[in-house]
Amino acid sequence: MGTFKKTLKRYIGLIVVIIAFGVFIIINHELGMKALNVTFFSLKEMLLVIPPIFILLGLLDVWVPKDTMIKYMGEGSGLKGVVLALLLGSAAAGPLYGAFPIAAVFMRKGVKFSNILVFIGAWSTTKIPMLLFEIASLGAKFAFTRLLIDIPGILIIAFILSKTIPKNEIDKLYENAENL
Amino acid sequence: MDISTIILYAITAVLLIISLIKSRKKTKKALKKAWKAFENILPQFLIVIIIVGVLLSILDPELISKIIGSDSGWLGVLLAAVVGAITLIPGFVAFPTAALLLQGGAGYMQIGAFISTLMMVGVVTIPVEIKYFGKKTTIARNSIAFVFSFLVAFIIGVVV
Repeated sequence: MGTFKKTLKRYIGLIVVIIAFGVFIIINHELGMKALNVTFFSLKEMLLVIPPIFILLGLLDVWVPKDTMIKYMGEGSGLKGVVLALLLGSAAAGPLYGAFPIAAVFMRKGVKFSNILVFIGAWSTTKIPMLLFEIASLGAKFAFTRLLIDIPGILIIAFILSKTIPKNEIDKLYENAENL
Repeated sequence: MDISTIILYAITAVLLIISLIKSRKKTKKALKKAWKAFENILPQFLIVIIIVGVLLSILDPELISKIIGSDSGWLGVLLAAVVGAITLIPGFVAFPTAALLLQGGAGYMQIGAFISTLMMVGVVTIPVEIKYFGKKTTIARNSIAFVFSFLVAFIIGVVV
């Protein structure tokens, strides 16, 4: 019963949203069906891209020792850590929300907070597979202009955030990551 | 399946096989951790997907095109940024849509803002982000990225 209650508590938001979605479909059938289509499309995308991301996350967690991660991306990793975070984020595939669980593993492995923010920033804007797609749709000039502004942008945002978020708040996040 | 997904699967498969050869026990542990991390965030993922579905059914390209035409100026940039911040569209849908919007009369500056906030700001995914990054960092990151998108829009408007 205890675990059932816990599970119910975690899924209650989802249940409410599904009921609201059902009401929406009944009220506006045409828009509702369109929304249902988009939802299934995104669901398919999630089921396609998410499993390998989580398996990689599990393998990283089990096989890469904390010391190694600290050496390459932790405090004192300097420029090496920043570049690595930028490259790892840019090599990614999948939506931004796939990056958050990886960030949690990085926290557990002692990766520096600003490097995690660089990783998140790169995942959101400089993904290489997406860049090719952007060039094809919007042209090279658009894509490269955006890339050239976004790379310093990511670094600046990571710098500002890691300087303004209080140390005890960051410590709390790292503690919290142990349970995620 | 696009090429990046295939590469992702190939890399995962190779690493998983190496892991299996080296230690079955550790591999099992890794898969258990993967499942736990996934199940932990699953309800939030599903909520995000449903909300995005509803939003996209309401905000179709035609409507967006009207809002962010090339003569819509900074107000159009602001609206484009807001639409981009709220919606979460996968890149392979977003870029062709943006190209359509350009053809439909949207301006480069507005599209620059739209693409930038689309990628960097995620209003719908804020609950997921808070779970990992806490309220302070999440709100600060999204706010700064939103403001930064105007700079992106401005430069793209000048250059492209």
